[in-house]
Amino acid sequence: MSPLLTIAAAEGENPLVPPIPELVIGLLAFVIVFGLLAKKLLPNINKVLEERREAIEGGIEKADAAKTEAESVLEQYKAQLAEARHEAARLRQEATEQGTAIIQEMRAEGQRQREEIVAAGHAQIEADRKSAASALRQDVGKLATELAGKLVGESLEDHARQSRTIDRFLDELEDGASKAEATR
Amino acid sequence: MSADPTQVLAFETDCHIFADCGFPAPGLHSFLFKPIFGNADSNLYFNKPMLLALLGSIIIVGFFWAAFRKPKVVPGKLQMVAEAGYDFVRRGVVYEIIGKKEGEKYVPLIVSLFFFVWMMNLWSIVPVAQFPVTSIIAYPIGLALIVYVLWVSLTFKRHGFVGAFKNFTGYDKSLGAVLPMSMTIELFSNLLVRPFTHAVRLFANMFAGHTLLLLFTIASWYLLNGIGIAYAGVSFVMVIVMTAFELFIQALQAYVFVLLTCSYIQGALAEQH
Repeated sequence: MSPLLTIAAAEGENPLVPPIPELVIGLLAFVIVFGLLAKKLLPNINKVLEERREAIEGGIEKADAAKTEAESVLEQYKAQLAEARHEAARLRQEATEQGTAIIQEMRAEGQRQREEIVAAGHAQIEADRKSAASALRQDVGKLATELAGKLVGESLEDHARQSRTIDRFLDELEDGASKAEATR
Repeated sequence: MSADPTQVLAFETDCHIFADCGFPAPGLHSFLFKPIFGNADSNLYFNKPMLLALLGSIIIVGFFWAAFRKPKVVPGKLQMVAEAGYDFVRRGVVYEIIGKKEGEKYVPLIVSLFFFVWMMNLWSIVPVAQFPVTSIIAYPIGLALIVYVLWVSLTFKRHGFVGAFKNFTGYDKSLGAVLPMSMTIELFSNLLVRPFTHAVRLFANMFAGHTLLLLFTIASWYLLNGIGIAYAGVSFVMVIVMTAFELFIQALQAYVFVLLTCSYIQGALAEQH
């Protein structure tokens, strides 16, 4: 007998034949593991994994909502800004228009005042002229009387001389008048 | 359990090379344990793999209890780690294969299976424990049995008796004359071989992994004499490499186990093909 066969014979065991006690203990050991894992521990972790999944999805939803809100607020701000700009432009326009109107008004007022002054000047001149004319008329009368006196005084030598005198007198008068006109 | 467990730790012997001592190779006896209490001849005993199985359960439950007892919407570190593991199985395995709508119901089972198998495998490299519970066939068989019962009953519930029979036998009229043979093979393969391979795939991987680790560990100790010391170093490097490799295989096998479970359930739920 070879040594190996001797050993095998001595052991008398086939490694493929399961010893019953070990089979029982093996099954028992597995049942312990399976029971606790299946009934308690794995449901536990499944619940938490589900919660985690929901939490992540909830977080994403929240972020989405926040983004939408931010966008709407931005839109609002933009609208407000545009409105404010519009308002500013309008105010500027109005101010310009008002300024123009005021200048127009001032100009008209100035014109009016100038015209008034001019008119007053004219009236004054007219009055002066009238008083001068009346004064002149008096003077002319006086001079005429004076002239007549002279004429009478010279005893009317001849018609020609007489008419010359008159002419000269009238010339003098005219000269005086035109001079007065020029100086005025 | 009539065997006389000759389980001794490799370092408990004074056996070295060049010392008139044969190599204490690991073997089937490495997977037999003296009961901590009880009698190995009766069916009432308690040994190290059983202790590790129960301890492993407590560790898994404790971990998830600490993480998920009062879970928060904003997770702490522990909860985040546990959630990552939970999410990996839920999304990466169940939703991928069965689909979200149908699969949701089976998430607790698949999650439990994955972490249970992984923990049982992990014992392999936990100091002091250093034994993969799943390398005792009883443990994978138990799990495969649960899956098998679920799968078969689901098939009957979904398709009725005839539908279930068609499902198990891969009934397909277009096969013509080959159909009887194909049906026989399919029936055999589905109902008998499938649960067996489901369990053995996990068992054999862990069994082989543990044997390899034992081999290199024992060899490192055994070679520690004279010129053998140089080889002992190589062997010890292999222990470290294999430990890292086992770490990967443990997670992979747990993944494969639940992947297959899901594909069986999916097959039961699927419409007639």
